[in-house]
Amino acid sequence: MPQKATSQKSKQVSPKVASQSIKTAPLKAVKPAVKKKDDENATDMGDVADEWMQGKTLLKPPDQLQLSEAELKEELTRVLTANNPHAPQNIVRYSFKERCYKPISNVDQLAIHFSLDGNMLHKDSDEARRQKARTSIAEEYVADSTAVDGSEDGRKENLGPDEEKESEDKGSRGKKEQKLTNQFNFSERASQTHNNPLREKASQTEPPPRANFSATTNQWEIYDYYIVELQKQERTKEKQKAPPVKKEDEKSKKKQSTTESQSDDITKVSPKVVQILERMVNQNRFDDIAQDFKYFEDASDEFREQEGTLLPLWKFQYEKAKKLAVTALCWSQVYKDLFAVGHGSYDFTKQGHGMLLFYSLKNSTYPEFIFKTDSGIMCLDIHVGHPHLVAVGFYDGSVAVYNMKEMGSQPIHKSTAMTGKHTDPVWQVKWQKDDMDNHPNFFSVSSDGRVTSWTLVKNELMYMDVIKLSVDGVALEGQGDDQLPTMACGTSFDFHKQIDYLYIVGTAEGKIHKCSKAYSSQFLETYNAHNMAVDAVRWNHFHPKVFISCSADWTVKIWDQTINTPMFTFDLNAPVGDVAWAPYSSTVFAAVTTDGKVHVFDLNVNKYKAICEQLVVAKKKNKLTHVEFNPVHPIIIVGDDRGYVTCLKVSPNLRKMPKEKKGQDVPKGPEVEVAKMEKILSLLREPTSAVKK
Amino acid sequence: MAEPTEPKKEEADYKRVHSFPLIRHTDMPEEMRVETMELCVTACEKFATNNENAAKMIKETMDKKFGSSWHVVIGEGFGFEITHEVKNLLYMFFGGSLAVCVWKCS
Repeated sequence: MPQKATSQKSKQVSPKVASQSIKTAPLKAVKPAVKKKDDENATDMGDVADEWMQGKTLLKPPDQLQLSEAELKEELTRVLTANNPHAPQNIVRYSFKERCYKPISNVDQLAIHFSLDGNMLHKDSDEARRQKARTSIAEEYVADSTAVDGSEDGRKENLGPDEEKESEDKGSRGKKEQKLTNQFNFSERASQTHNNPLREKASQTEPPPRANFSATTNQWEIYDYYIVELQKQERTKEKQKAPPVKKEDEKSKKKQSTTESQSDDITKVSPKVVQILERMVNQNRFDDIAQDFKYFEDASDEFREQEGTLLPLWKFQYEKAKKLAVTALCWSQVYKDLFAVGHGSYDFTKQGHGMLLFYSLKNSTYPEFIFKTDSGIMCLDIHVGHPHLVAVGFYDGSVAVYNMKEMGSQPIHKSTAMTGKHTDPVWQVKWQKDDMDNHPNFFSVSSDGRVTSWTLVKNELMYMDVIKLSVDGVALEGQGDDQLPTMACGTSFDFHKQIDYLYIVGTAEGKIHKCSKAYSSQFLETYNAHNMAVDAVRWNHFHPKVFISCSADWTVKIWDQTINTPMFTFDLNAPVGDVAWAPYSSTVFAAVTTDGKVHVFDLNVNKYKAICEQLVVAKKKNKLTHVEFNPVHPIIIVGDDRGYVTCLKVSPNLRKMPKEKKGQDVPKGPEVEVAKMEKILSLLREPTSAVKK
Repeated sequence: MAEPTEPKKEEADYKRVHSFPLIRHTDMPEEMRVETMELCVTACEKFATNNENAAKMIKETMDKKFGSSWHVVIGEGFGFEITHEVKNLLYMFFGGSLAVCVWKCS
């Protein structure tokens, strides 16, 4: 506790005596007590305690008065006064005023023997208060920064009396009891986060663009310029007077241009413009492919004896038809770059919607026309005379005719159950020449065994069953209702190129029937062609007797319609999806197989093997479904079951013309092609006839 | 064009006819050009006898309207080569004898 002033004793004793009495009294009092203790503890504590006590024996000055008990107890009263006994009483000083020595009455009675400037403050003084305030702030800070788990009560017990007082003081100061750190389970921790390094970044903007200009001004320059300007004005005035009509024209033109510029919004741009732009973009983008299409001829063909290659060109796909198999392909005979693609599915379990798309070679990225259908498309054909008419056969058995001129999504004609639609998928449709009343008409073949003729009469689609196919080889014509005729499933057909009435029908049973439009009751001929369904039959473009067929039984067969057995049989080691004759040669044909290969044959070159066998799909899983030759360009398109259509260029070896002889005009034309085929056939006929014999 | 036979009439005619402002060279946008031209005409008519004041007026007005550091030269005959900020130059004739060049360069 801060103390400055010494407490005053009530009894004032002379210092010497007092000090003696104070000194002696406790000594005497202590000694017997100590001795007593010694006696008691001697046995217990032994020498160690004695030695300890001996060290404390008090030394007495030799000249100390020996006083008896009574004398010691006697109380001597001394009075302390403020007068200094040693201070001289007789100090005189000379007084100049009175011209004599005079005693000084007030003598300094104060004598300082010892002085110590203490550093204690009285607790009520201002300085002490300030000090308290300072320390309490510091303590608080410490208390706040340390956390203590121990309870307040437990801690108080540990506090000494002083501390308790302190805490009481604090309490009286109205402060919260500060928390103490747990001394046994406390460690200070410090950490510093990583300081991101500073980086300088500076940039400078470009100054505003500036330009230099220089000229000279003087009176004649100004004059000249004014004159020129005046002349100009006069001229314009004359012009304005002369043709006032023209001006109006200009105005109207301006108005037009402004209205045009107002419709700058992209949504208002006519689709035609967009189409043209799209083609322009694609022309640039696929320039190398276009160049290949037009000019590239595989140079390595010269060094290969017979074999040729297929060069992939464009790849056509449409986002919405991605999962739909290509089920039909057809080139437009009028627009040589346009072809139609039918999308559907051959999988019985995965039937859904279909898609009819028209692509142009000029734009491979997006179809020219899009028609969405409810049922999967199975086949289609573009009319030769009316290229806007497209006949389509659906999986649900109906046939429809789309008009490309009308950009609606609906067909202009569609057969219904009322109007004689098929009850099974329509496998092929084929336009015929317009009938005598100039009505377009087409034929269709379906699994329900009917071959039906459809005629577009005004707004109606008239139908007529041409033939009903039966299993036992003879077409039955309503032979009594008691026995239901078992129908054969027609899967494909083709009409003879020259003989109008003649056509052949391939069936799911593997048979091919030669029929005539004239006889609905019987087949002209039946060929036991394949062991599985006939996927396609096609007449040769040149030779009137020859047709080709392909089947899922891995074979492609070439027939002479007059002979019951195939002329050629090729095994392609995979189900054959489609086969097509080349339009430029009677002996060249292409077949696609489900293992993703295109096989191109030229009988004139090799009668046993394909001269080109090429994998054209990206993945082996993709099955090729259809193939079609372009009517003029040396390209083919193949469709696969993932919805892709690939365009391939046929290399020179695959379209070999008869070798040119020097100085001779090489005969060209259909006759030559017929002769070429005939020659090959004749080679074969003899051995076959020999076998027969 | 100037016929020596009638110099006086010609001159009077010239003064009368050639009072309109005539832009010799500019790269300003349309709106700014019209405004600047009108300002020049106003200034030159206001201070017809004191080209310095006219130039000062044009400069100060242009500074206020289009931001600072415009320079104006008015005179009957002078030659110059200047660097100006693009789209901020007007060089015109006025009143048949005055040339005004206004440009911005900070």
